[in-house]
Amino acid sequence: MSDTQNLTLVQAVRDGLHGELRADDDVVVMGQDVGKNGGVFRATEGLYDEFGGDRVVDTPLAESAIVGCAVGMAAMGMRPVPEIQFSGFMYPGYDQIVSHMARFRARSRGRFTLPMTLRAPYGGGIRAPEHHSESKEAFYAHEAGLKVVVPSTPYDTKGLLAASIRDPDPVIFLEPKLIYRAFREEVPEEAYTVPIGEAATRREGDDVAVFTYGAMTRPTLEAAETLAEEGIDCEVLDLRTISPLDREAIVDAFERTGRAAVVHEAPKTAGLAAEITAILQKEALLYQEAPIERITGFDVPYPLYALEDYYLPSATRIEEGIREAAEFEP
Amino acid sequence: MNVFDRAYDDPVRVLDEDGTVVGDVPDLETEELVGIYRDMRLARHFDGRAVSLQRQGRMGTYPPLSGQEGAQVGSATALAEDDWIVPSYREHGAAFVHGLPPERTLLYWMGHGDGARAPDDVNVFPIAVPIASHVPHAVGGAWASKLRGDDDVFVCYFGDGATSEGDFHEACNFAGVFDTPTVLFCNNNQWAISVPRERQTRSATLAQKAEAYGFDGVQVDGMDPLAVYAVTEAAVEKARDPPDGRLRPTLIEAVQYRFGAHTTADDPTVYRDDDEVERWRRKDPIPRLERYLRDEGILDDDRVDAIEAEVEERVADAIEAAESAPRPEPRALFEHAYAELPPELEAQYAELTALREERGDAAFLGE
Ligand SMILES: Cc1ncc(C[n+]2csc(CCOP(=O)(O)OP(=O)(O)O)c2C)c(N)n1
Repeated sequence: MSDTQNLTLVQAVRDGLHGELRADDDVVVMGQDVGKNGGVFRATEGLYDEFGGDRVVDTPLAESAIVGCAVGMAAMGMRPVPEIQFSGFMYPGYDQIVSHMARFRARSRGRFTLPMTLRAPYGGGIRAPEHHSESKEAFYAHEAGLKVVVPSTPYDTKGLLAASIRDPDPVIFLEPKLIYRAFREEVPEEAYTVPIGEAATRREGDDVAVFTYGAMTRPTLEAAETLAEEGIDCEVLDLRTISPLDREAIVDAFERTGRAAVVHEAPKTAGLAAEITAILQKEALLYQEAPIERITGFDVPYPLYALEDYYLPSATRIEEGIREAAEFEP
Repeated sequence: MNVFDRAYDDPVRVLDEDGTVVGDVPDLETEELVGIYRDMRLARHFDGRAVSLQRQGRMGTYPPLSGQEGAQVGSATALAEDDWIVPSYREHGAAFVHGLPPERTLLYWMGHGDGARAPDDVNVFPIAVPIASHVPHAVGGAWASKLRGDDDVFVCYFGDGATSEGDFHEACNFAGVFDTPTVLFCNNNQWAISVPRERQTRSATLAQKAEAYGFDGVQVDGMDPLAVYAVTEAAVEKARDPPDGRLRPTLIEAVQYRFGAHTTADDPTVYRDDDEVERWRRKDPIPRLERYLRDEGILDDDRVDAIEAEVEERVADAIEAAESAPRPEPRALFEHAYAELPPELEAQYAELTALREERGDAAFLGE
């Protein structure tokens, strides 16, 4: 067993970046305020001092250039790790993400690949100003050629980040900022990877399969404990990667329970829950005992903070939704 | 000399740091001069109270403006009532001058959506948080004003960091091509969070960027409210009624400093030193104008005290009004997304209401 450190999720990001910067000279961290300031969430704290301004780069305020230049660097075999300060500000870079980052390999018929990892804090619940709380992972999951990772624990964060940076393909790495500092976990000091594309079972149970990821994992587990007292036993699957989805694990959990709920904070329409529901409909129709519940954000612009608690699925709302799935009788 | 016929790095100045006259004092009535002073004091006092409300947990993240009053108040004072302000997120002072009630600004940063709505007779666009994304709106608004034969000028505020974004350049290009009555007002406060102006661009000034788009660019001492007034007035006049051979748009680079943090979530001691802050504090626009007005016999202790009392009362009233606004009803989540609530949203609202009735607000607030 190697030594461990007790880290928060954002410290695990930093630790993951640190390890990859040290291991591989081609890794470059770049973005707004990532250098001297150490990132507005301190995700890159100290890296500038250790690796210098050519490897931990403060860029001008220009997302299109940040993503587009990373595309060019990655095409030349470097491993850029651009940071977008908040996922709500990815849109000026969106053209580069979908027109180029996602399809360079396909367009060049495999001549070029883009080993780049675009990181951004995302999601709500921190009383932030406008455009600082959105959850638009479906945009990226919808885009072929990208992998989309959303960790929910410090251990996974470090391992998935290392796996993403080493991956030959471009990865969108969305960090749920609500849980950046919510809890700590023992994390190995040495580098390791957690494979992209594998879900993790966070709780075993036979009655309802609940699929979630990111910051919603914790209230979902809380809801599952409340329901367990009533005799409703939930299996909780943390997807960890939303593109590609771990279809096998999803279908398997559903076949054992026959009932499912999907929890995410993103809006309901055309969100990940719709995709998961469609997978189950096709792959496991005959196992289905109840309508699949979607417990999600509403189809409205993310509100300013006076109303954000009504927007985000709470443990109680999740519990109610799962109960519907559990109690349904045809 | 026309203010636009000067070197880009030769800022327009009226008062030096001691309030001594070094340029052409704009032709303003005594009470208008006092008005600029009072509005700067209002912005400064508002700012201090807002930061303290945030510290006390009575408000969310807030972007302070102290140091930038000269640019905000000087420029907004040069506008006609029908002109439009298209702000980013830091121009509270400019918005007040143009008629926005301060309690709206407080409400917005207290997380109430209603705070972003200016009264119908106040020509201020909603705050834009994504950097530079609002610059095209100002050009489009001005374009509409021109196409419809209205005479209204649009003033768009943004920071030095914003000049790195594509949106800024695309908007400037349109402003030039379509010759729109737009004043592009750059608050160059030296920093985009932790990134200094020198790392934003290698051009010697931001004003000179206008050259590439074919219209005038001019630098002004942004902590000299009278200089800012003079330049903005000239730009607004040109936007309305351009002389032959000159385009309507102007890029104004107001050189200034933000004294405080980028926002209340930021710690500037990580990236800039106290010396720098001290150097800029000596340029503070408020004592500078005060000194001039006292020297001119326009202000004395009594008047200054009266202004201070007036400003404090106004801010106290605004805080009281904002804090006594009830928590918005959850229906507000749904109400403004579309002109007419679509059936699916009505259904989602019904779901929320049913759960609220059954389980109370605890179902949402985790109480
Ligand atoms: C498109 C976009 N990217 C990033 C951010 C995060 N952010 C908010 S303010 C800011 C710095 C802005 O600096 P500047 O344009 O100079 O304006 P100032 O805040 O100094 O007034 C950044 C990077 C944002 N709001 N929008």
